[in-house]
Amino acid sequence: MLHTVNKSPFQNTTLESCIRFARSGDVILLIEDGVLAAQAGNVKKNLLEEALQKCEVFALGADLKARALTDLVPGVKITDYSGFVDLVEQHTTHSWL
Amino acid sequence: MKLAVCIYEGPYNHEASDTAYHFIQAAIQKGHEIKGIFFYHDGVYNVTRLMEPPQDDRHISNRWSALGASGIDIVVCIAAAKRRGIVDDVLVPNVRISGLGQLTMMAIEADRLVVFGD
Amino acid sequence: MAEDIKKIMFTVRKPPHGTIYVYEGLEVKLIMAAYDADISVVFMDDGVFAVKKGQDTKDLGIKGFAATYGALVDYEITQVYVDRQSMEDRGMTEDDLLVIGEDEDTEEPIKPQVLESAEIAAMMAEQHNILAF
Repeated sequence: MLHTVNKSPFQNTTLESCIRFARSGDVILLIEDGVLAAQAGNVKKNLLEEALQKCEVFALGADLKARALTDLVPGVKITDYSGFVDLVEQHTTHSWL
Repeated sequence: MKLAVCIYEGPYNHEASDTAYHFIQAAIQKGHEIKGIFFYHDGVYNVTRLMEPPQDDRHISNRWSALGASGIDIVVCIAAAKRRGIVDDVLVPNVRISGLGQLTMMAIEADRLVVFGD
Repeated sequence: MAEDIKKIMFTVRKPPHGTIYVYEGLEVKLIMAAYDADISVVFMDDGVFAVKKGQDTKDLGIKGFAATYGALVDYEITQVYVDRQSMEDRGMTEDDLLVIGEDEDTEEPIKPQVLESAEIAAMMAEQHNILAF
């Protein structure tokens, strides 16, 4: 499964829920405001650290760049729209809206 | 692979429409078939010809219309559109109004359906 | 069920009435149920409030959907699930859930089935496509 998350973890528990339902080997892609979770040293960084134990975690580069996020939670990989398409090709997708 | 995309949010107000557009562009470049694009909820506002954004910004409805002109089936949900005052007369060219059956067919026939919303 | 029947899941994670997502999302489910697809609906996170019994939107002047939810089984939407943790996190129990129809033979009321998160996650992994509302 590919899980997309587009909500800030500081406002909303969507990322937490996504991680609760994500299974080992799933992929989580942070897009839009969801990329805010990837900022290094943030108070909610334990969420992604937990997710990284069982899943690959990507953040959409264009959304990171727009928000000036350069220093990321270790382990989070950056992808682009083309990479997003590849992830969709590989997995059934659930959008955690 | 056959992909379909469903968009729930209106233009400019939310990034969903932009993310969907960039995703679709990337998918086309990679040679995937776009089975259809379906606008639902406030997403129906994406394709009105009445929008006139500042010239130095993207023109969202023209952008969708151009994708429609390239042969991609772009469908606006009739129930969501009628509720919000969106009728055939105000649509950009190359998009059509139809029913939720179209979304159903996309969900069934596309290998992947990706939803962009809030 | 034939093998080529596609599994389509709806996830309902938003609360009802504050926004239109749950209401319009229900319209999609009713239409899709008329097609050849294996439909399931999962209420999780704030979506569990959509299946709380006793909702009355009359004073809001908003057309509600409680009556339609009460007849989901008549629309042949029978795979209706609630995430236990989402429900319990919000102070709800199974007794709070509304009835979605009645058993044809016994006339017993049918309620959504409460599942553990892991069971729902396993179901999600089996789907052809998933629509979130």
